[in-house]
Amino acid sequence: MKYFPLIWATLWRKKTRTIFTLLSVIVAFLLFGMLETVDYAFSHPSAGVTGADKLITTNKYSITLPLPIADAQQIRSVPGVAEVTWISWFGAYYQESKNFVFALPVDADSYFNLHKGEFIVSDEQMQAYRNTRTGALINDALMKKFGWKVGDKVPLHSTIWTQKKDGSLDWTFDIVGTFSVKDPTQASAQSQTLLFHYDLFDEGRSFGKGSVGWFEARVSDPSQSAAISNRIDALFANSPNETKTQPANDFTMAFVKQFGDIGFVLRAILGAVFFALLFLTGNTMMQSVRERIPELAILKTLGFGDGMVLELVLAESLLLCVIAAIIGLVLSFAALPIIKQGLQGMELSPRALIPGMAAAVLLALIVGLPPALRAMRLNIVDALADKR
Amino acid sequence: MFKQLTAVILMSLQTLPQRMGASSVIVIGIAGVVAVLVSVLAMGAGFRHTLADTGRPDRVIILRGGSDAELNSNLTRTDVATISNAPGMVKDASGKAVLSSELVTVVNVPKIDTGTDANVTLRGVGLKLTEVRPELKIVEGRMFRPAVRELIAGVGAAKQFRGLNVGNVLHLRNADWTVTGVFTSNGDVHESELLADVDTVGSSVERNGYSSAVARLVSPAEFTRFKDALTTDPQLKVDVQREPDYYAAQSKQLTRIINVVGKTVAIIMAIGAMFGALNSMYSAVAARGLEIATLRAIGFGALPVLLSVMIEALLLSLIGGIIGASLAWLFFNGHSVSTLGGAFAQVVFQLTVTPALITTGIVWACIIGLLGGFFPALRAARLPVAEALRAA
Repeated sequence: MKYFPLIWATLWRKKTRTIFTLLSVIVAFLLFGMLETVDYAFSHPSAGVTGADKLITTNKYSITLPLPIADAQQIRSVPGVAEVTWISWFGAYYQESKNFVFALPVDADSYFNLHKGEFIVSDEQMQAYRNTRTGALINDALMKKFGWKVGDKVPLHSTIWTQKKDGSLDWTFDIVGTFSVKDPTQASAQSQTLLFHYDLFDEGRSFGKGSVGWFEARVSDPSQSAAISNRIDALFANSPNETKTQPANDFTMAFVKQFGDIGFVLRAILGAVFFALLFLTGNTMMQSVRERIPELAILKTLGFGDGMVLELVLAESLLLCVIAAIIGLVLSFAALPIIKQGLQGMELSPRALIPGMAAAVLLALIVGLPPALRAMRLNIVDALADKR
Repeated sequence: MFKQLTAVILMSLQTLPQRMGASSVIVIGIAGVVAVLVSVLAMGAGFRHTLADTGRPDRVIILRGGSDAELNSNLTRTDVATISNAPGMVKDASGKAVLSSELVTVVNVPKIDTGTDANVTLRGVGLKLTEVRPELKIVEGRMFRPAVRELIAGVGAAKQFRGLNVGNVLHLRNADWTVTGVFTSNGDVHESELLADVDTVGSSVERNGYSSAVARLVSPAEFTRFKDALTTDPQLKVDVQREPDYYAAQSKQLTRIINVVGKTVAIIMAIGAMFGALNSMYSAVAARGLEIATLRAIGFGALPVLLSVMIEALLLSLIGGIIGASLAWLFFNGHSVSTLGGAFAQVVFQLTVTPALITTGIVWACIIGLLGGFFPALRAARLPVAEALRAA
């Protein structure tokens, strides 16, 4: 540590060069931080309010094919299943198709029992919801987005379901309350959710009566998830509606994977960035040591050992990379809210910090080692005579 | 002046090999930026290309009003019967409209690379398929037969998803479907799909209606007459779109996301590369300090010196740009990938490194080079001659 002033001074020997090198490394780590975060978001998608104890049952051959609502009884009878609820895809938007609303027709009793303790709703509003046939409970973020208030009537356009009474695709709901999600990491995944009554939906739609999009089940022991999934699917094997049951997290993961190998794209970009960076910082370090050969020789004359000189050069490289990496990663952390806007529903986490620092140290060692070895092997007499 | 310029440029280029290390930083840094930029944009271009190539201006798609996409839409048999009487459609020898009533559903088929299920479109098509879509060509095997569980797979789908070769059997909802053929369709989005007889698909998924109707018009100019006839019919509630318009709308969002993300990443990388270029050019100017001072002392102007540094930076970044674009082309051109398209189903497309993208990449390279060369060039031009000579 006592040599820190020396290392610091040599680092700033050529100010412009150090500043530009620092800036390039900062930019590289800014990108590293941003891409790692996006990669993390895609490889750990949040499965809504669902935790490890939730299973999703869909039609085996296609998620767009419906399942009969009667299946719920059979799923409930499977040992280990604590609660079952059913949901349909409503495909709604508000006024314009870009205003997507994740509207879900749910059976209030089983849905809130299944998600017990996961939503925050006032007792009074929950009561109002249960008592109002056309009532809707809306996530507070969605309320804010469209400027809705409790008491408003909101018309939603479903791209799928026509109403029996007039063949219209427009459904109107009464806002009776708002909800938020207890687990903050799930907040953004639920930010577009509107819940309304399955009964209203089923009685109102012109076709598909008695069918549901998927079932959600809560198991009492998450470690039994796989066995229970198999038991549920066995119930419907060889029926016209075979099922596919999987833990909710796997279901979401499979869906995200359908977008393609995003991890590969991100790693390829980072590969290109770091390859270029290796040359850039490597060149800087080489140049800086080359210019300092007489100085290094003097250090050695003063009694600094070969190992000490090696360490000094490595420390300089480490200092450069680590300072830049910290600044870059902090900047990428600051950029999180911007990325978040583009990735609605995905949970971001600042996990890039640890691999980022590891990458910085690795980079410093790779670029610092060749010049450090050169400095170590320096012969005092030749170096002082400037015979390189 | 011009003579001076050529002399200085030649001199700086001749000494370039001595500054190999620093110069390679510019080349490699910029090659990285351009390779990433071109590859990502090639993804957007390939996706747009696939959807833009879908449809002909004389073909129309009819959906239930307000449905946005085929997967959400629902037309009854009566609807389709009414539609087939509308004016402006091509008629076959027996006087029937060239129209295919279609039923679109998605089925789970595992992706070859990840092994996880993906939503692949299974499109039930009418008997007039080949008249409605003359671009459809069977390249392997044969066409499916109606009323039996047979299907044909698009080449894109056959490449990306498991078990779609001729002769394979796909188990879908209690029944075995045989893949009888593989088809091409002008590189359009249908190459990502499976096609089968519409009524067989309908009975399999227990649906009595259709998703859409696709018809060919006598000429694109008939569109308005055809559309008006359908939209003014009080019995019908449908949206009528030219096919290219429908598919362009489906590709808009994803293409925009790819372009925004690609350009953001490339801009950040470009800033980093610019700092690298500045660094290299400053050290180049420093290394040539004596040489530049000597030139100035014997009467060379400041401008030729400035330009020579700029041109050196430009040349290096041009090389970097060409290397980057070539790498992108070499590794990714024609590379086939698939993603979830606008309509909830997989779209298989190829990365296409177009000449326009290569030009974009090289233009970016030159801009980075010019920005990175300018300030060092300015320093070179302003170098105090006497001091520089003395320092040597």
